[in-house]
Amino acid sequence: MPGLADDLHETPSQTAGPYVHIGLTPDAAGISIYGGDLGGAIAGPASPGERIRVEGVIFDGTGTPITDALLEIWQADASGLYPKPGAQTDDDFRGWARAITDFTTGLWHFETVKPGPIVEGNGATQAPHINLWIVARGINIGLNTRIYFADEAQANESDPVLNMIEWGSRRATLMAHRHCDTPVYRFDIRLQGEDETVFFDV
Amino acid sequence: MIASFYPRDRHRHPQALTPDYKSSVTRSPRYPLLSIDQTTSERTGPTFGHGDINPGDNDLLLNHAQTGDPIGERIIVHGRVLDENAKPVPGALIEIWQANAGGRYRHRNDRYLAPIDPNFGGCGRTLTDDTGAYAFRTVKPGAYPWRNHGNNWRPAHIHFSVFGTAFCQRLITQLYFEGDPLISLCPIVRSIADEAAIAALTARLDMKTTASFDAIAYRFDIILRGQPATPFEHQLEGN
Ligand SMILES: [Fe+3]
Repeated sequence: MPGLADDLHETPSQTAGPYVHIGLTPDAAGISIYGGDLGGAIAGPASPGERIRVEGVIFDGTGTPITDALLEIWQADASGLYPKPGAQTDDDFRGWARAITDFTTGLWHFETVKPGPIVEGNGATQAPHINLWIVARGINIGLNTRIYFADEAQANESDPVLNMIEWGSRRATLMAHRHCDTPVYRFDIRLQGEDETVFFDV
Repeated sequence: MIASFYPRDRHRHPQALTPDYKSSVTRSPRYPLLSIDQTTSERTGPTFGHGDINPGDNDLLLNHAQTGDPIGERIIVHGRVLDENAKPVPGALIEIWQANAGGRYRHRNDRYLAPIDPNFGGCGRTLTDDTGAYAFRTVKPGAYPWRNHGNNWRPAHIHFSVFGTAFCQRLITQLYFEGDPLISLCPIVRSIADEAAIAALTARLDMKTTASFDAIAYRFDIILRGQPATPFEHQLEGN
């Protein structure tokens, strides 16, 4: 046991490396022993709400799409509620999903329902958003960010987290944009550069 | 209302940019992370149950066996998942992946000349029990060379992915084996500046848990972020 019982420290992070698929999406790695990868279904057919697709590419500092990343999302349902612990598929809404970037194009996507605004215990209301966590080779500790929706301008204006971003120009990096008349939102992630995505220390 | 989790001690974690590990140079954000007050979004997280996994998923000696046992040193890797208050974390999902005994991964992008083992997949998963305990049976992975500096070899390691109860506890790390001289030479290990933190990733030989004439054992405890024992809600949000 490291240290005293009352002096434990969080286990340090290490990169997920280039072969993260073997462990977390073995079917995608061609190892079909579990009978399906976890994290495929975030919102079953019975979940109310607007069906959307969120997709994008992760660009490295040279502008090259990353093709070996893994993403996980955690989100509230259409009424702004997170699934309770233990409530797995009762209400058909799991709130959690996992995706990988395409081995060639780097495109990732999630099929889900659009989350609702979330009322916090202190009365504040968070704008609809999806929490995102990214790991890959070269990423030493998982990156946390949030996907907001550009078409929720009014809710975004009073979002307590967006309002912690001092630089107005950087808030734009957290906005997913809807493709004209389709329920598809685009959310590209930039690890470096002028429009580097805002990442959070949560 | 769920209490806030203790802040991450970023000095015990690797920094994003660690140039000796070359892949981090183009993949590390350059702006500082933005600290936010935790909301429901960070304090909650997905939970997993026995409906999500199969019995035997934690036995890498058998879960991909086709014609017999995998080649290599048979080992048990076990430990507990605790939070920073030493409170066990039951129901934590642990997923692991590793190279085979020759140091080769079953992955399209691994071109190392060591052979694939037909009886070894290299992945396993399990849930911690009521005391936070978990166990896997596997073979000890081999060291392997990788393209970083000319002659870099990864120490034998097992990749670990862990879920606690909250999305802000999400963690991926690597287990190393006590006594391996490659640990101190590895740029990925050395992305962590704190020697005590590196020691926390080193599994200890555990003769007590060894299965006689079967498998040697290593112990590896995992610590996730904790919360104050008495929920105390500070009211700084939206200041
Ligand atoms: Fe590895």
